[in-house]
Amino acid sequence: MAKTPSKSKTSKSPPKLKRDEALKYYRDMLLIRRFEERAGQLYGMGKIAGFCHLYIGQEAVVTGMQACLKEGDQIVTGYRDHGHMLACDMDPKGVMAELTGRKDGYSKGKGGSMHMFSREKNFFGGHGIVGAQVPIGTGLGFSNKYRGTDNICVTYFGDGAANQGQVYESFNMASLWDLPVVYVIENNQYAMGTSVARASAETELFKRGISFEIEGEEVDGMDVYAVKAAGEKAVKYARSGKGPYILEMKTYRYRGHSMSDPAKYRKREEVDDIRTHHDPIDGLKGRILEQEIATEEELKDLDKEIKELVKDAADFSLDSPEPDPEELWTDVLREVESA
Amino acid sequence: MAIDVLMPALSPTMEEGTLARWLKKEGDEISSGDVIAEIETDKATMEVEAVDEGTLAKILVPEGTENVKVNAVIARLAEEGESVDDIDDAPATGDGEKASKAQTEAKNAPESEGDGDESDDASAEEVASAPPQPDEDSLTDPDVPEGTNFVDTSVRDALRDAMAEEMRRDETVFVMGEEVAEYQGAYKVTRELLQEFGDKRVVDTPITEHGFAGLGVGAAFGGLKPVVEFMTFNFAMQAIDQIINSAAKTLYMSGGQMGCPIVFRGPNGAASRVAAQHSQDYSSWYAHVPGLKVVAPYDAADAKGLLKAAIRDPNPVVFLEHELLYGESFPVPDIEDYVLPIGKARVRRPGTDVTLVAHSRMVGFALQAAEKLAEDGIEAEVIDLRSLRPLDTATVIESVKKTNRIVTCEEGWRFMGVGAEICATVVNEAFDYLDAPPTRVHQKDVPLPYAANLEAMSLPGTADIIKAAKQVCYVK
Repeated sequence: MAKTPSKSKTSKSPPKLKRDEALKYYRDMLLIRRFEERAGQLYGMGKIAGFCHLYIGQEAVVTGMQACLKEGDQIVTGYRDHGHMLACDMDPKGVMAELTGRKDGYSKGKGGSMHMFSREKNFFGGHGIVGAQVPIGTGLGFSNKYRGTDNICVTYFGDGAANQGQVYESFNMASLWDLPVVYVIENNQYAMGTSVARASAETELFKRGISFEIEGEEVDGMDVYAVKAAGEKAVKYARSGKGPYILEMKTYRYRGHSMSDPAKYRKREEVDDIRTHHDPIDGLKGRILEQEIATEEELKDLDKEIKELVKDAADFSLDSPEPDPEELWTDVLREVESA
Repeated sequence: MAIDVLMPALSPTMEEGTLARWLKKEGDEISSGDVIAEIETDKATMEVEAVDEGTLAKILVPEGTENVKVNAVIARLAEEGESVDDIDDAPATGDGEKASKAQTEAKNAPESEGDGDESDDASAEEVASAPPQPDEDSLTDPDVPEGTNFVDTSVRDALRDAMAEEMRRDETVFVMGEEVAEYQGAYKVTRELLQEFGDKRVVDTPITEHGFAGLGVGAAFGGLKPVVEFMTFNFAMQAIDQIINSAAKTLYMSGGQMGCPIVFRGPNGAASRVAAQHSQDYSSWYAHVPGLKVVAPYDAADAKGLLKAAIRDPNPVVFLEHELLYGESFPVPDIEDYVLPIGKARVRRPGTDVTLVAHSRMVGFALQAAEKLAEDGIEAEVIDLRSLRPLDTATVIESVKKTNRIVTCEEGWRFMGVGAEICATVVNEAFDYLDAPPTRVHQKDVPLPYAANLEAMSLPGTADIIKAAKQVCYVK
């Protein structure tokens, strides 16, 4: 079978949205947006420290991909990970409490924004070194195949990580061994302050698998339905044992790379244009109203509910105590079980 | 109730900044995410986005104001249904200063959320300064019953047997690396594993250390027990990020959720005439890292018993072998399931006059040196560390208390080396017992040369150990 990367062959929004589905995506994306705004605020207040990378603008990617997965599928990503965790149904309270470095955080306060995990939800991090999660996700795919399950691993990385060597080492092995991995490149246009054009000889990142015989596709990452349609195709492909698949999500982050990035490498007009014309949440909201799937009033109630949820998470994260001093020494090594 | 908009910090170190510009004016409707103002520090300009929505009721800090403290109230929003006129414009500093002060305190003293009682702090410090001690007594070698048959086995075959036994015992154990399957191992350590276990469990990889080390870590997270072979540890430098950042640290960073049961193994240290890039001892590199276990056996029995333990260990283990020992044979007890504890040194030769501490191939030199020293009436005690992390300092200290002298022997460089760590520990814990300064035997502080004579000069050997031992015994 010829494997040729393609640009958005997958059709966009279906003509008529289903109410439950549309409202779920709207809600999930809004939760990420409001959560991240609150995280940004807590950072500004000094309650969250260190590095903190917000996902605002990219919400459709994880929301659409998550809709394609089933029980047992794994997710792994880099350090811009808050959205992924919320999409995996991790508790916003536990995520926020990790951001504030408290004992009720997912990592007991020992990981922070960039290093969070949930075995229960099959979220495998949360990795702070650019690109390090790509061989790890490939290994998770390897373990699925080894154990004979039909689960897949969705391995997210950014346009910046797409220039790291281990990504290609992973592509090679994943294709060579037909590993069930969907690589999702979240191309938000800037690796920290360097645009894709300034960093990549080939800017169409979905073509990065060509040398490895991995099919790739460019997707409108600002449209949750486009993401879902492409995701379903890729997931089905990987699940059927045919090997890995690459999806390049064209997306955009509204905020700086991290909290201390003033984002002077791009014009405000560029950000405003995306926000006004391509916002994933506004876009879906428009369609919901246009198709009379829900009323303005219903959406407002949903907004309120999300706001409360996020407020509760923030309050929880500030009320939770710092980790016990004893925790300094725990979790360095696991105990060896005696034979 | 009115919502306060606070002066945000751009970074954890920012304390104040300039409110450069308001992008909204009083009376404007604000939605979450709207950019409402710009603030500047000496380093950057940032936009302030609204988190809450409402009507911008009062601007309390006019644009152009400098030295606005972080967390000062800069504006107030009226919530839906609230009249703008009801919003008071109390001094902007009130709450803000309080908040800002609280924040500074938070930064300076990561206090508990409780009462911050001083006695609590003291006990916290005590706890923090004392890592839990391992239960030394639990680490004992298995009994070898009298009459046990010992089989002469090469280190190479002992390692192979360990892998084969563990693969028979546990379906999730698999071996991967370059040339491990069809080629039967670059050094034949994986000989015949492919024939017995098939290519699902004995996996030839491309030459892609960074990739397969990381893939192994992912497989371990996914519930498997990978044994990752590096053709030599020199090539593992390509993969060291995955070993340290991904394998060693993730259990801690996940609050104990993400165990990584993986073995990274292969020959470490000098081979013969392969020059600097292929001849380096990484003992101190890996032993430096919490979250790893580091094992470096000398003889075949230890190679077998410790590799079996490493494969069963729920933690990442760096297993340092020695190419120049692969072909050497030693007696291995013919016992079913011979597993040794990781973290326990072995006293290989008892002695009273000087303690020689070594690991891996240097143990052989130390034993030879001890024989020669005995001819001169010096009885050396030889300790084979076997494991570098955890390091069995108790056995070393106990020995030094008896001999009052110590020579550390390692193949690696002296600078920041294994010997440095042991000497520091001895000085700390047995200072009053020492009759001579602790002394180190090590490789010369140069990249290993190719030329035969220079290579020999660079590497430590029996003569160096004898010389050092006599020195600490004040014997010529």
